[in-house]
Amino acid sequence: MHNQTITELSAGLKAGDFSSEELTCGFLQRIAQHGEALNCFITIAEEQALVAARAADVLIAKGEGGILTGIPMAHKDIFCTKGHKTSCGSKMLDNFISPYNATVVNQLESAGMVMLGKLNMDEFAMGSSNETSYYGAVRNPWDTNCVPGGSSGGSAAAVAARLVPVATGTDTGGSIRQPASFCGITGLKPTYGRVSRFGMIAFASSLDQAGPMTRDAEDAALILQAMAGFDEKDSTSLENEVPDYSAGLNNDLTGLKIGLPKEFFDEGLDSEVAKVIEVAVEEYRKLGAEIKEISLPNMQLSVPTYYVVAPAECSANLSRFDGVRFGYRCENPADLNDLYSRSRGEGFGAEVKRRIMIGAYALSAGYYDAYYLKAQQVRKLISEDFKKAFEEVDVIMGPTAPSTTFGLGEKADDPLSMYLSDIYTIGANLAGIPAMSVPAGFVAGKPVGLQLVGNYFSEGQLLNAAHRYQQVTDWHQRVPAEFA
Amino acid sequence: MSLKAEDVVKIAHLARIEIKDEEIESYTSELSEILGFVERLNAADTKGVTPMAHPLDQVQRLRVDEVTEEDQRELFQSIAPETENGLYLVPQVIE
Repeated sequence: MHNQTITELSAGLKAGDFSSEELTCGFLQRIAQHGEALNCFITIAEEQALVAARAADVLIAKGEGGILTGIPMAHKDIFCTKGHKTSCGSKMLDNFISPYNATVVNQLESAGMVMLGKLNMDEFAMGSSNETSYYGAVRNPWDTNCVPGGSSGGSAAAVAARLVPVATGTDTGGSIRQPASFCGITGLKPTYGRVSRFGMIAFASSLDQAGPMTRDAEDAALILQAMAGFDEKDSTSLENEVPDYSAGLNNDLTGLKIGLPKEFFDEGLDSEVAKVIEVAVEEYRKLGAEIKEISLPNMQLSVPTYYVVAPAECSANLSRFDGVRFGYRCENPADLNDLYSRSRGEGFGAEVKRRIMIGAYALSAGYYDAYYLKAQQVRKLISEDFKKAFEEVDVIMGPTAPSTTFGLGEKADDPLSMYLSDIYTIGANLAGIPAMSVPAGFVAGKPVGLQLVGNYFSEGQLLNAAHRYQQVTDWHQRVPAEFA
Repeated sequence: MSLKAEDVVKIAHLARIEIKDEEIESYTSELSEILGFVERLNAADTKGVTPMAHPLDQVQRLRVDEVTEEDQRELFQSIAPETENGLYLVPQVIE
């Protein structure tokens, strides 16, 4: 059962081949068997999962419920789940039992999905390797000495190892797409504002966006359908109507204009990864697409722009963690300032502290114009580059990451080199446009992701392009041998 | 941008993050390195460019000013480090 897609599992449930309870027990068993070795789960919600599965079985027996009813899933531990620990990968929230649900959690629950647990992640989503988690690094199922990518590393590893059919992730600078690439799964970051951010612990509010992490594009369309939509509890939620994402999956790609930004194929890209991407692009040519070279001239500035904008926003967002109302509090504070400083000093890990301090500095008197204002102006230039590109092409393609997964500990002491692993993904967050990663091959047994970037609200088109590619390739069906 | 140890101490205070004396040196070099990296932005000509604070070209949506939440004080305070009589407790501020 664990190798089936949502569509297949749903058909099995409806036909009575198995119940949601059996399906849930099956996946819980796989989690018990492999979860610890990969360290991808922070919380396993066995009891509640079985209750939800039995409720789904009642609905299915009555012929009610939708395509997601009774399908197991897991959330990145950044989504607030009522009554469950919601740690965000941090000691700061190790004791935090959320008093409410994120909108995304409510949506997938209403769709009848069964939550199996909460997935490991980089602390407060700050990291590209899942090594900054308070709960320890997650391991990549394709090579357990390597990182799964981050920050949604637990989600990517769990889906790749088939411990869950689908997981949620969040993407501030590549946190869905880069781990999807490293673990050989499909991940989609929607248009900014498409999915509610309510109850999703904020890192950088103008960049954060939640999305599905799945086995293939067809599953991603089903999950996005349930996640997308207006939410009055999110002040930047979009009111635009949500289209039917599954309807256009099989559309013909003849005449689709694909742009390859020359900046995505420069000296920073691993030459073996480049070859895999060239082969994937060739598949699109065979499918009838027209390929042309384009330019995103300011792309090289996207990482430095991000490392001003994201820390600035995070320094404001994370000021709420002060040891007063919830979360970690230091022992025996001498005074109020000591309470704040020690609770934060002891509760946050090194990378989170670095980013908060960079943000505080960039926003401080005398430096605001030189850093924050300048970064916002360059953000505009990067966004304009995409706008111009989409006057010429429908979809932009290239590698998701400059390399395949790297060894645990390899970049842990070198923040800048870690930051550069997001060089191809950050642009979409700065502009607010949708982008996804799909499995496109392997280099020395490690997965490579092809990135598809689209214009605002073009999720349907991206899913269509990804699905057609997955009809003629089988990279997305490969499972790491240990977990087959 | 090369920060000095005293800059890092000041930033840490602004951010209300305690850093230990033996950590100051490593934070000083790491933060300097990151700031040096972001200074690549200076290469961009941004004269007359409108700063982009947000990806959506929309004005802030406003809601009707009415009470929509119910009182959940007990639930919220059940996860607080220290409360008394419905109040959050912190060390004494006024002598």
